[in-house]
Amino acid sequence: MFPAAFDYRAPVTLDEALGLLAQRGDDAKVMAGGQSLIPLLRLRFAQPALVIDIGRLPSMAEIKRDDGHVRIGALVRHVDVERSKELAKLLPLMVEAVHWIADPLVRNRGTVVGSVCHADPQGDWGSIMLALNAEIVAQSAKGERVIPIDGFFEGPFTTTLRPDEIVTAIRIPLPSGHAGGSYHKLERKVGDFATVAVSVQVELDGRKVRKAGIGLTAVSATNIKAKKAEAALVGRELTDDVIAEAGRLAAEAAEPKDDIRGTAAYKKDVVRVFVQRGLKAALARAQEVKA
Amino acid sequence: MKVTMRVNGVERSGDVEPRVLLVDFLRTNLRQTGTHIGCDTTSCGACTVLLDGEPVKSCTVLAVQVEGQSITTVEGLAQGATLSPMQDGFHQEHGLQCGFCTPGMMLVGTALLKRNPNPSDEEIRWAISGNICRCTGYMNIVKAIQHAANAQAKVPAGAGAVGGE
Repeated sequence: MFPAAFDYRAPVTLDEALGLLAQRGDDAKVMAGGQSLIPLLRLRFAQPALVIDIGRLPSMAEIKRDDGHVRIGALVRHVDVERSKELAKLLPLMVEAVHWIADPLVRNRGTVVGSVCHADPQGDWGSIMLALNAEIVAQSAKGERVIPIDGFFEGPFTTTLRPDEIVTAIRIPLPSGHAGGSYHKLERKVGDFATVAVSVQVELDGRKVRKAGIGLTAVSATNIKAKKAEAALVGRELTDDVIAEAGRLAAEAAEPKDDIRGTAAYKKDVVRVFVQRGLKAALARAQEVKA
Repeated sequence: MKVTMRVNGVERSGDVEPRVLLVDFLRTNLRQTGTHIGCDTTSCGACTVLLDGEPVKSCTVLAVQVEGQSITTVEGLAQGATLSPMQDGFHQEHGLQCGFCTPGMMLVGTALLKRNPNPSDEEIRWAISGNICRCTGYMNIVKAIQHAANAQAKVPAGAGAVGGE
């Protein structure tokens, strides 16, 4: 199999890339690692007239701290997250989750930002970013805008990104004090898409929850944020009852479909169980943090 | 489009359409058929090559993306008639049956040992988790990679051929 013909440009400056998008954004696709786009091109599910390879843009492969945030550049690959000592300290949820993404070969090539922009409802990073309340930094020839992750996913493989915009980075607010997270994923084998996955992040204030984030994978038309479940945690102590209630509310928010990976009822129940397990694991980790 | 890359240490160029996949460039343009095409859907790892030393699926990379970079294929592992420690490991431990996944397995093993010269069986299993053996001969593949790790530990670093650049 090979893709339908397309024009290919590999700009070496951001301005050049933005200029190309300003002219031809409507029929162009931006490619970073290509691990989702190239399979789509090969299957001809996507047939853009132009592929803009941003792989040669400078200084986008950095993970850096910047004023209360961690900034993940557009060319940071999954494997960079896997090997980042800084992220292991600051956002261990990401480092735990990355081992569940695709397989080691795809992780050597695919990028975090590219995966979020691909907006696959079965993708992992989207729900992780929802749990972490990340922000998308989008740039066009007209300027930069910051999009909260909660308003980014519009539908399957569709985001609120405009045709002339490139996502240059994702910014994640740094958790403070006793914070912990966890990622639970059910998959049939390495490299398979998720049957269900759940991201959880909590920040504690004493014994009570100050902030809670819960993101769900593969149970709706997009990755979704389980807001009612989050709200049920804030200001509360994570007792078994509170944890059980959050699990129930998250399962209610899920709208999975029957498919070869399982029935809708089964998947809803996996959400409930994973939210409970995730909260217990996140709580234990938050309590271990030396704040 | 003109593309130039180093393949097994030799500069190679070609004139390709942007849609040409790296695996097709290697097999069709360069006639290096050691890199196999298995699934064509980024699932099986038969087309694994090392791109600047890291294993990737060459069916999911465009040839034009590799401009100016270095590729190691299975043809780059041996030095003349001398097998690399990884190839010798697969030979000694019967690490292959039909041989279709073997180039990918050996390249992943080679990259693993560069990063982690003394891996546990568990670490080897995770490293090859993106490569499917259709004969399901995983036990001996793990043994073969361990064999190579042990062989490399016995010779001073740099003395053995560990493949490519």
